[in-house]
Amino acid sequence: MAISVDSSTEHRLEAAERLVGKPPQSRTRFSWETFLTYLLLSIGAVIMVTPFVWMILTSLKPATELVQFSFLPVNPTLDNYVEVLGTNSFGQWYFNSILIALISTTSVAFFDTLVGYTLNKFEFPGKTIIFLGILATLMIPTEMLIIPWYNMSVQLGWHQGTMQYWGIVFPGVITAVGIFLMRQFFDGVPNELLDAARIDGMNEFGIFWRIALPLVKPAVAALCIFNFIGNWNAYLWPLIIASSREFYTLPVGLSFFRGESTTQWEKIMTGASLATIPLLIVFILFQRQIIKGIALTGIKG
Amino acid sequence: MKLTLRRRQILWAYLFLSVSLVFFITIRWYPTLLAFNISFRDWNVFKGAGDWVGLANYADIWEDFFKPRSAVRAAFGNTLRYVLFGVPLQLALALSVALLLVRIRQLAGFFRAAYFVPFVTSAVAVAFVWNWLYAPQVGLINQGLKILGLPMQQFLRNPDLALPSITVVAVWRTIGFAIIIFLAGLQQIPDIYYEAAQIDGANRWHMFWRITLPLLNPVIVYLAVLQTIEFLRMFDLVQNMTQGGPLNRTTTVVLEVYNEGFSSYNMGYAAALTVILFGLILAITVFQLRVLSRRVEY
Repeated sequence: MAISVDSSTEHRLEAAERLVGKPPQSRTRFSWETFLTYLLLSIGAVIMVTPFVWMILTSLKPATELVQFSFLPVNPTLDNYVEVLGTNSFGQWYFNSILIALISTTSVAFFDTLVGYTLNKFEFPGKTIIFLGILATLMIPTEMLIIPWYNMSVQLGWHQGTMQYWGIVFPGVITAVGIFLMRQFFDGVPNELLDAARIDGMNEFGIFWRIALPLVKPAVAALCIFNFIGNWNAYLWPLIIASSREFYTLPVGLSFFRGESTTQWEKIMTGASLATIPLLIVFILFQRQIIKGIALTGIKG
Repeated sequence: MKLTLRRRQILWAYLFLSVSLVFFITIRWYPTLLAFNISFRDWNVFKGAGDWVGLANYADIWEDFFKPRSAVRAAFGNTLRYVLFGVPLQLALALSVALLLVRIRQLAGFFRAAYFVPFVTSAVAVAFVWNWLYAPQVGLINQGLKILGLPMQQFLRNPDLALPSITVVAVWRTIGFAIIIFLAGLQQIPDIYYEAAQIDGANRWHMFWRITLPLLNPVIVYLAVLQTIEFLRMFDLVQNMTQGGPLNRTTTVVLEVYNEGFSSYNMGYAAALTVILFGLILAITVFQLRVLSRRVEY
């Protein structure tokens, strides 16, 4: 999983820090080369961002404006939002998505760190085999597990009623990636500190919770952000397991909403905006952490 | 009885691991074995465990593969096309952007964010946004073509254009990830190499081919493998942009798994398809481990 095999954690940490850090501010003199660099980067950036701009602009247009083409809305309106939120289950889907992302993120933050800590700081028989047993699951694609999960869920009734929440969430309550990551980060916590707490008579869980965990907070934050985004966007499994409309997550709801609205693009773009805007806000707020986390771990989140 | 410190440590360790061990055994390992098991059975979810049919599901896939207008052959062929077009295109573009980004001082953070933003958004929402961009007549891209005096296109309904059109979206969506990994890789190359090369009179082009590219090799292999696996698992975009059409020209292996397993409830057959997919991913991962475990000396 490491970006390059022979770089130590500190080395990568330094490189990741440099990546998001402020560059030295020096006045660059004008040159055609710099101009061309900025020009190319700007063209690329326009291509990257235009779809989102177009999505939001379309959602602000009344249906009649879609036929005669104009880039900006002539009479901008929020009617589409009122209508989409009012006549659909978008509110419920929001609630579901938030609930599911929060449950899984809380659980991942607790269990992944606890297991990562144990695998780093404890010596016990079977340690290597347990670590490899967890690591090896990274090679199993979700697609291979959905059929068995579905069968298990049907047998246990997790595909009906309120149990659907659990049905959607259970495959992701602990992650191998997170454990692997946290195990690396606990390297930075000195053993002497833990031993000192032991001598003071603190129990092992207290040592983990009150001494070790606060020292890896930035890593836990990165893990939480990735996990939240991943769960918010998850599609294939929720699509399969959520059988009734009230239990859809936003992406699943959105794909059914699309089916019902066929060519009402202003409505579809409103739905897409509703599903996307919270993530854009999360991204703007945590941009540095997200990019640093990816540079540091090389993991897709 | 007083426990020794070491004994107590072992007990704590197992206590901390207990929930996770149960999880990995029941939610990861057992279902993995079950997937293999199901692939050898005539399995319908509502009837429970079906008859053991040996390799019949695999034989069916093999047979379907050679039928005229076979959806399975289309799925494997298209998936291969997504990988062969998408991965090199994405890596080449991402490396170019990363090389430009390391050269600038002002606005670097802004550009980085702009290139990265599609990565955090839902593939379903993105699929619809691009459906709208690609829309015939009124879509933004066709309006642009009209202004330029070029013929309008039916991007997603034209059997020859549909797959490339989806590939573009897939490349666009995850390119930010590749750019960040490339940037991190570029920053790990010590400046001394470039300074030394400059003293020796090497030009930019030489430095790129002799220093940057060789030292970036592990990063390139890592990304190629990761993105190949990602493209092999294409589903969200295709399902929401074309449902695999027109004429199966965009369908993928995972889309076939979904259709067979959850529309036709032909779960044995679908499980066999996932086992084949697993085999492909495993082969690529093993390849990665072998290539990457060669040490690179700076």
